[in-house]
Amino acid sequence: MSAGKRKRTTPLQAAAILAAVLWFGVLILLPIGVIVYKAFENGAGAFLAALVTPEARHAFRLTLIITVASVAVNTLIGLPIAFALARYRLRFKTIVDGLVNLPLAVSPIVAGLMFLLLVGRIGWFGDALEGAGIKIAFALPGMIIATMFVSLPFVVREVVPVLEEVGTEGEEAAATLGAGRLQTFFRVTLPAMRWGLIYGMTLTTARAMGEFGAVMIISGNIIRKTQTVPLHINQALADFDYQGAYSSALVLAAASFVILIVVQTIYQRKKGSENE
Amino acid sequence: MASSPKSSTSSPQASSAEKKRSVPLSLLLSTWGFLSIMVLLPLVAIMVRALDVGPLELLSTFKNPQMLFSLRLTLIVSTAVVVVNVVTGTLTAWVLVRYDFPGRRIMNALIDVPFAVPTVVTGLMVLSVYGPKGVLGDILAKASLEIVFAKPGIILALLIVTFPFVVRSVQPVLMVADPAAEEAAATLGASRLTTFFRVILPPLVPSILMGAALSFGRALGEFGSVIVVAGNIPMKTQLAPVFIYAQIESGFMESALALSIVLLLMSMIILVLFKVLERVTSRGMQGVRA
Repeated sequence: MSAGKRKRTTPLQAAAILAAVLWFGVLILLPIGVIVYKAFENGAGAFLAALVTPEARHAFRLTLIITVASVAVNTLIGLPIAFALARYRLRFKTIVDGLVNLPLAVSPIVAGLMFLLLVGRIGWFGDALEGAGIKIAFALPGMIIATMFVSLPFVVREVVPVLEEVGTEGEEAAATLGAGRLQTFFRVTLPAMRWGLIYGMTLTTARAMGEFGAVMIISGNIIRKTQTVPLHINQALADFDYQGAYSSALVLAAASFVILIVVQTIYQRKKGSENE
Repeated sequence: MASSPKSSTSSPQASSAEKKRSVPLSLLLSTWGFLSIMVLLPLVAIMVRALDVGPLELLSTFKNPQMLFSLRLTLIVSTAVVVVNVVTGTLTAWVLVRYDFPGRRIMNALIDVPFAVPTVVTGLMVLSVYGPKGVLGDILAKASLEIVFAKPGIILALLIVTFPFVVRSVQPVLMVADPAAEEAAATLGASRLTTFFRVILPPLVPSILMGAALSFGRALGEFGSVIVVAGNIPMKTQLAPVFIYAQIESGFMESALALSIVLLLMSMIILVLFKVLERVTSRGMQGVRA
């Protein structure tokens, strides 16, 4: 592949490369650089001070809880769905696949509205929940459910192709050699699909940490009560607290960026070495 | 890459369909149980609520000029974003796959950054450069160019958010495409333009459309970045999801519902379209592999 690539660069090729790099640089890299600059414009002290306000700390704690919960549930239930799709003769497969992918296509605002219509005061279960004294909408459980919805597809989507690719030969061999089901899963299946699973969990994490619209609708956006980090950033902007907005934005984006890039690099290297 | 290990499993439908066992009850129950509660139930809830209110009632909300404006604006900016993405995304994929240049690897690794950046942060990114207090704010004000709290800002935010889709759809197809055909066309005397439109482009079309569909779907529903960049100004910057948000906040459920149903139906159509294109593309790639 590299042999074809290392030919002399013609002017037309140089122009194409320049155009692509410039577009990417101006559209995406420049604003990222500026955000880092803005976060530290008033010094590292101001940057840190904006992160330890009670509002910011509360927001980071909420985001952490919601992200961990969403990733855990979507992984634990995403795996059986992935197995059902990849390994078995499943009826209504197209529908299952469509339902898994739907959250990717639906606007977060529409997703928020759908859950409001279920568990909100005006929702189907609104009266019943209120009668039982259970708070879901405008509280943490509702925010977790909405985040789970928007981040649902990723584990399934990443694991299914890996399961299809590795096939069942290794598992059958293990079973023939007398391995139990659990043993086969942990010693054969899990290692084979490990990177697909980790990559899916990473995408779930990134999406869960950053979710805004759906959480905004279902949470009621109550300061120091139901504000996650994205909502806190939005609040800081509305209050003209730019340092607060830039500090939290940088930490949130950096966390999600570092996780994604690290995992992606390892994953691609893994895939590359396996294909050679 | 194009060689054997994948080809044995690349047609699982055909070869192993008979071998596949039926699903164990536990898997079947957890799959349908979870998807029913998490996805199906909310869908049914919004549809039933829409029927409760009544189709005629919902249709009459479309007389609201703000609602019509928001839907039209959403369709216009989404189309604009898709057109730009198709060109820049295909170019980027091409450059990344076919040419070698300093920084290629880094650029390739960074293409997905917009997926990692939370949508509100994307909005803030645009503000930090083009906003009134942004680094280019003074220059833009002097030139009296209105970017934030106006349509250009919306389009910029959407371009960032949707940037990876076309690149990542086209890239794998380009990687398995054979440059020999292009060289043959050139040797046979075809001009560059002819080679591009007759030889290079046709096999890429399904994957470009796939990226376009994903971009369009994402742009239709985008909320966080655009509300930060463009605010919520009716008849000026209010997009469909922002309109729905404003209606929910002020308790006008009918119009929120009506526009949500429209967006939802468009998302479903895009999803079906995407699945069809995906099948076409993977079949094409298997053809190349075999």
